[in-house]
Amino acid sequence: METIAIPAINLAAIMPEVILSVVAMVLLLVNVFVPSENKGYLAYLSIIGLAITAASTVSGWGAPQIGFGGAVMEDNFAIFFKVVLLFAAGLAILISDRYMSQEGCNSGEFYPLMLFATVGMMFMASGTDMMVIFLGLELLSICLYVLAGYNRDSVKSNEAGLKYFLLGAFSTGFLLYGMCLTYGATGSTKLAAIANYAIQNQAVASNPFFVIGMLLIAVGFSFKVAAAPFHMWTPDVYQGAPTPVTAFMSAGPKAAAFAAFLRTMIFAFPMLKGNWTELLWVLAVLTMTVGNVIALSQDNVKRMLAYSSIAHAGYALVGFTACNAEGAAGILFYMLSYTFMNIGAFAVVVLIGKKGEKNGNVQDLAGLGFKRPLLAVLLSVFLFSLAGIPPTAGFIGKFYLFSAAIKSGYIGLAIIGVLNSAASVYYYLRVMVYMYFKEPQEDYEWAGVTPAVALCLVIALVSTLVLGVVPGTVLELAQKAVQF
Amino acid sequence: MSQLPLLSILTFLPLIGAILLLFMPKNSHGAIRGLALAVSAVTFVASIPLITGFNPTGGFQFVENVPWIAAGPFQMSYHLGMDGISLWLIILTTFIMPIAILSTWTAVEEKVKEYMICLLLLEVGMIGSFVALDLFLFYIYWEVMLIPMYFIIGIWGGKNRIYAAVKFFIYTMVGSLLMLVALIALYFKAGAGDFSILRFYELNLDPVTQTWMFLAFALAFAIKVPMFPLHTWLPDAHTEAPTAGSVILAAVLLKMGTYGYVRFAIPLFPDAQAKFMPLIATLSVIGIVYASLVAMVQQDVKKLVAYSSVAHLGFVMMGIFALNQQGVAGGMLQMLNHGVSTGALFLIVGFIYERRHTRMISDFGGLAKQMPIFATIFMIVTFSSIGLPGTNGFVGEFLVLLGAFESSMRPWAIIATSGVILSAVYMLWMFQRVMFGELSNPKNQNLKDLNAREIAIMIPLVVLIFVMGVYPRPFLDTMAPSIDNMIAQAKKKQAVAMNVPAGMINPHAGIPGAPPITMPAPAGEAAPAAQAAPAVPTAANPHAGIPGAPPIEAPAAAPENK
Repeated sequence: METIAIPAINLAAIMPEVILSVVAMVLLLVNVFVPSENKGYLAYLSIIGLAITAASTVSGWGAPQIGFGGAVMEDNFAIFFKVVLLFAAGLAILISDRYMSQEGCNSGEFYPLMLFATVGMMFMASGTDMMVIFLGLELLSICLYVLAGYNRDSVKSNEAGLKYFLLGAFSTGFLLYGMCLTYGATGSTKLAAIANYAIQNQAVASNPFFVIGMLLIAVGFSFKVAAAPFHMWTPDVYQGAPTPVTAFMSAGPKAAAFAAFLRTMIFAFPMLKGNWTELLWVLAVLTMTVGNVIALSQDNVKRMLAYSSIAHAGYALVGFTACNAEGAAGILFYMLSYTFMNIGAFAVVVLIGKKGEKNGNVQDLAGLGFKRPLLAVLLSVFLFSLAGIPPTAGFIGKFYLFSAAIKSGYIGLAIIGVLNSAASVYYYLRVMVYMYFKEPQEDYEWAGVTPAVALCLVIALVSTLVLGVVPGTVLELAQKAVQF
Repeated sequence: MSQLPLLSILTFLPLIGAILLLFMPKNSHGAIRGLALAVSAVTFVASIPLITGFNPTGGFQFVENVPWIAAGPFQMSYHLGMDGISLWLIILTTFIMPIAILSTWTAVEEKVKEYMICLLLLEVGMIGSFVALDLFLFYIYWEVMLIPMYFIIGIWGGKNRIYAAVKFFIYTMVGSLLMLVALIALYFKAGAGDFSILRFYELNLDPVTQTWMFLAFALAFAIKVPMFPLHTWLPDAHTEAPTAGSVILAAVLLKMGTYGYVRFAIPLFPDAQAKFMPLIATLSVIGIVYASLVAMVQQDVKKLVAYSSVAHLGFVMMGIFALNQQGVAGGMLQMLNHGVSTGALFLIVGFIYERRHTRMISDFGGLAKQMPIFATIFMIVTFSSIGLPGTNGFVGEFLVLLGAFESSMRPWAIIATSGVILSAVYMLWMFQRVMFGELSNPKNQNLKDLNAREIAIMIPLVVLIFVMGVYPRPFLDTMAPSIDNMIAQAKKKQAVAMNVPAGMINPHAGIPGAPPITMPAPAGEAAPAAQAAPAVPTAANPHAGIPGAPPIEAPAAAPENK
């Protein structure tokens, strides 16, 4: 009779998640006592909670912790991603209060939901067991379904929530089925154990369950990172969801999905590397091209940014395809830069938006460059960074990803990548064309900037520029993070 | 003085100026203009020590080298330096900036602050590109230049400005991104180290790799020059840009392309230079003749000058690709000449546009009577542009043609010579229609002659036209050692690749066809090049026409090779 051994619980490995969960639960309680016009306090409390979590996360740098019998691993890789995720959550929360009070849906549950979603993402980053990754993903997704449909009075927001729920459930099915098949073929859900089994039983590489399992897992993650042709949900959900949620979704969950995707493929399926790099090559090309080409014709800024975020997932997939240290480090760096530049851009969208998500079209930006010069300059910097023009973070990120591809011999992929990048310049410039080259149609009613949004913009701007001019330190950290 | 980081100071002075401008009150236009002018003048003065302290040895001087980014496989340095090739281009930049700023004293009345900030930022990018010795740093400055120019055209340009600005940006961007790919590939070929151009000079790349990398670099530079089939952005950009934008675009930005060839494309990939010489020469000759013919039929003076730019840069390209002392020196000198004379032409066009708000040749006629000072200056500049002996244009064109005749480019040089005559035709004809004849158009009756400011802008240019035309030695002497170095280096590598002494190359042979292909093709990107390579040597026949298509389409075929 086999005895069920209780695995060594190492709470240090999940300390940041524990802290953040506690903060979220406390906020749920506090929420009851905060009057509805003062829900902004919850935002600040959330930020404090995120900061404490970040401190706890960073303190583990360089000292990997394994917990729950190898189900979670708090290594540098996880820590780097968690910092990205915490930044994404923090910046998104900073722009939430302004938006939520404008749209009249300022109920306090928003902030705990964001925090729980972040906890889910953090588990995805540190999970080394498929079950943990899956649980993290579900925790994240369920919070996001609610968040996407958070603006009850807006039909679009409702549509976004429902659509995301249906397609999300669908993709989760793929992922779970893939995990089942892999378990069936190898007898374990632990990533390391799967790889070990495959090394000891070489024949498994030709076992259809194993290969199809890997493929289905890849499909599941591709949904989550919004890679073409699994991107269909993205534009509608991004456009319909409340803008801060969109900002959060485009940066955080994408980074978390990349973390889990990278970890699963590199840890569990090194045997099938040849297969999945080929698959990723195709996905990368499709994703970049589809995202950019469709973004060219978008008038709505949010929708344009949604398609551009598909394209950016494609750039990250280029680094993934390269499958070397530079590529992996490039993804880490890119996710960090993307968080800053994209949420920065969304923050400006929040500021110029009017109630009911009016003013969201690129035409509405006409003349902004001289009516609100500072805001326009900020948006320009973020857009130049997204377009990959130096001296910004976006350029260094792309430089890294494409050089990883070149190093691995994927010159063709790099060329497709840069051509895509050149095409993307057009739609980013289009925003600037309206901001600077056209006369305003009407005067802007200026609701003013709140300190929280200003803080978000400053952090995003400084980071975008610092990562663009002196990226050395962060790149070095990213390199260290991928030394598994 | 050698302790002072002069090149950094030069690069960042305009940036400091731009930052100061940010804090100026929006509506005090006079103060804003004054500050911008002062900053650009100080930058010019600060660039003088480069000439006085220059040591004509051919090596890099005023070098600054500080490690900048070190992460993973990459090391980037903040590596600056200057030699005889870049010296006068830097001076040209700092010299033309105050003139450009002065020229828009009254032309730009709106958004003056933003305009001046853009101009100063542009100067940062331009000087930075000329002094960067680290390829990564060069690339950054090269891209940074685009942004202010885009805004200058797009905000202060003419009717069709948005189209022109976007076209300018995307054209340049496509080229430079492909260059970025080649740059990274080059770095991995070179192995661990930094992005210093000096390190890359030492590489011995196999011909197939050289071909591909040359194509990527050459495309980026050819768009900037611009060379014949890629020139279409230029007339649009020039016509729409405000005067200062056109002046800077013509005087400095186009030189980035030709400078890129001299500094990067040729010395890095000398075998490819030999191989593509016929192609480049053919495109240059087409550029010269075609652009001249197109210039002849232009209705708009500014467009005419824009097309004349394309023709002039065709000469520069021929000189550079002749790859001998006269040719390259002539090409370099012609770069400066073009900067001075075409810059001056755009200023002149700006003067009459400001007065009449039209640039159509048919709206003018007989202006000489009304504006004698203007007529005199215009005449001198026109002669300079044509290349009349005694003006700067003559020396440059003469050297270029001499160099081309001495090299294997002779057949092309013969056709190119017709460009000298054609330039006289379109320039003089235009001059005649604008300045001479009856003052028939009543709107021209009350035109005022140049005022003191405008004369002050033009005098330095006119003086330079004569100085460089009569006594070009100081310019040529300072350039010579660096040019000799560059040529010797390139020729040496070509000779190694071909296993024959450089002197034995038959000047009429066009290119050494076979040898490059016999080299072992390396792994990675070079593999498809092996198949593509045989297509190019067909250009060995100098009269084969335009083998334009294969090299331009070639990169697109590469994706199949993952």
